[in-house]
Amino acid sequence: MIRYIIRRLMGAVVVTVLVSIVTFLIFQIGPTITKVSPAYYYVGKVPPDAAGIKALEHRFGFDLPIPQQYWNWLHGVLFGRMVDDGTNAPIKCAAPCLGYSFRQHVPVTHLIWQALPVTISLAVGAAVLWLIGGLAVGTISALRKGSIFDRVGMTLALAAVSLPIFFTGPLLLLLFNYKLHWLTNLNYVGITQDPVQWLKTMILPWIALAFLFAALYARLTRANMLETMSEDYIRTARAKGLSRRKVVIKHGLRAALTPIVTIFGIDFASLIGTTVITETVFNLRGLGKLSIQAIQSQDLPIILGVTIVAAIAVVLANVVVDILYTVVDPRVSYS
Amino acid sequence: MAQDITAEQGPDSSAYLSVRDLRVHFPTGDGLVKSVDGLSFDVERGKILGIVGESGSGKSVTSQAILGLHKGSQAQITGEIWLDGQELVGASEDKMRTLRGDKMAMIFQDPLSAMHPFYKIGPQIAEAYLVHNKVSKSAAKKRVIEMLDRVGIPNPDKRYNDYPHQFSGGMRQRAMIAMALVCDPKLLIADEPTTALDVTVQAQILELMKDLQREFNSAIILITHDLGVVAETCDSVVVMYGGQCVETGAVDDIFYHPEMPYAWGLLTSMPRMDRTRQERLLPIPGQPPSLIQVPRGCVFNPRCQFKDRVGGDSCTTVRPDLLPTPGGSAGHKVRCHIHPDERARIFTDEIQPSL
Repeated sequence: MIRYIIRRLMGAVVVTVLVSIVTFLIFQIGPTITKVSPAYYYVGKVPPDAAGIKALEHRFGFDLPIPQQYWNWLHGVLFGRMVDDGTNAPIKCAAPCLGYSFRQHVPVTHLIWQALPVTISLAVGAAVLWLIGGLAVGTISALRKGSIFDRVGMTLALAAVSLPIFFTGPLLLLLFNYKLHWLTNLNYVGITQDPVQWLKTMILPWIALAFLFAALYARLTRANMLETMSEDYIRTARAKGLSRRKVVIKHGLRAALTPIVTIFGIDFASLIGTTVITETVFNLRGLGKLSIQAIQSQDLPIILGVTIVAAIAVVLANVVVDILYTVVDPRVSYS
Repeated sequence: MAQDITAEQGPDSSAYLSVRDLRVHFPTGDGLVKSVDGLSFDVERGKILGIVGESGSGKSVTSQAILGLHKGSQAQITGEIWLDGQELVGASEDKMRTLRGDKMAMIFQDPLSAMHPFYKIGPQIAEAYLVHNKVSKSAAKKRVIEMLDRVGIPNPDKRYNDYPHQFSGGMRQRAMIAMALVCDPKLLIADEPTTALDVTVQAQILELMKDLQREFNSAIILITHDLGVVAETCDSVVVMYGGQCVETGAVDDIFYHPEMPYAWGLLTSMPRMDRTRQERLLPIPGQPPSLIQVPRGCVFNPRCQFKDRVGGDSCTTVRPDLLPTPGGSAGHKVRCHIHPDERARIFTDEIQPSL
């Protein structure tokens, strides 16, 4: 088991390095297509003359061979490096240095560290809500297939999947913030600073995001439960004289959960960096908001940094799913 | 509709299980599926009853009705099922739950799919013991290891922690038997227990079941389509066709003096090593009946080669009753319009030579 985990983690490192190479390359090739000096995407303005541009590019190291540039970048991630935009004194960018935003004059890592807790708060809270809601509605719908609950539940689920967050989000705000005044003064603070304020700020974004996913998971759970509840081992469980609750949860849901674990891992990981709309609607300064701002101001180091972090999240989630899978389904072997 | 003559009798006091005029009907979009339609039989402690018939004849539906596994589904069940003096058809699901696994247990056809793939074998069996017995987990484990040992699983204390996929097919079926017997039930229903197994393992499993039955003095219902298995293990037989019992009797009656054309067909289509080899086996022509539109008259009439031996059209219009055979042994009953003398003649002249 330990060996399996180590091997999977080593695989994840390899994949992460590959992803970083590909990402890095794309961001290098991009400027050659737009015919704009890559230096522009770093500092936002370039000298008017060709010689000035050349000098600037030289300072950034854009005239070096691409493998050398990647190596310098990777070296920065691992050990930190000095960055220099040619106008100020060289600045120390500590490891893990994912780049330096010359527009905001902060290391990208610093920006990401600020934004990550917000996004993780959003993702974890929403995930808990949608798992509980989706599994519960899906299970009950499956057990009472064709009932009013099932029909209403599944119709709502279909509606929820098709309602975008930029609709449900403002609706929630309108109701609970502006109309009912139940949730006012919504400003994000860390959970360690003020848990109540944290909860108060996050609850609406959670609901908005969870609503979308819960619908999907309800349908998925329903389909899986319908399948497992007709399995022979469910009949065996009933033939033993087990209570209905035990038959449904311990034997039925337990088996139906396996495919859901896989999908959940990927869904959860891909939230890192893709909760743009939720964060924008609820004015949360998370990774999504950070990246959308970076895209608008063409701040390439931030975009590159967020992309890599999001990729690492997905790779890590895959490892976690693989490991969880061996726990969830003992038939999956470690070798 | 014709009534079974047994339908009016109360439960036989000597029988541990008495089924009376059992009907299991499933409403579907296409119509009412009459899976079991007026079935009656008795099983005593220490006896093995075989229920034979082809797929869709209502064998498994019957067994699941006895365990009350249709409760909560769409199935419409009427008739009576008496288990040790308790009536089960009208019993509540809660009542049935206390009986299931404790007083009556079931062994299923495919032990791989009948066991939960995600739980270890030992705890799965212990679960069955713990529902019905207020004992500690360690006591349950001890009991399970004893049972695993009893059904012939080597190193039961180690195999306790194996998953079903780590067992061989025969071992899994042994574990299923241990699961069924862990609460010492007095009625054991085995639904095609050997169908999914190798022939060599089949014999071992049947031998084991016979041993355990002698040891625990339980009543067993053995559901199978394998007449060889029936001949080897059962005391009496119910031959089912289209949801009805078409012939019943002691095992020797069915094998040596069968009277119903369907039973003849089953016997002539069975490969036998103890008789002269024939060129080929004789299949029963035609298809099993639709359970939605059960044939009028005798259920077997569309496939019966001997209905011209009955004067008139009663075969296609009148449902024959399950009647005792004149001069036959006690309990031998047949549902057929052909005159008993004519049946005896057909059997000796036309059927017996080809067996």
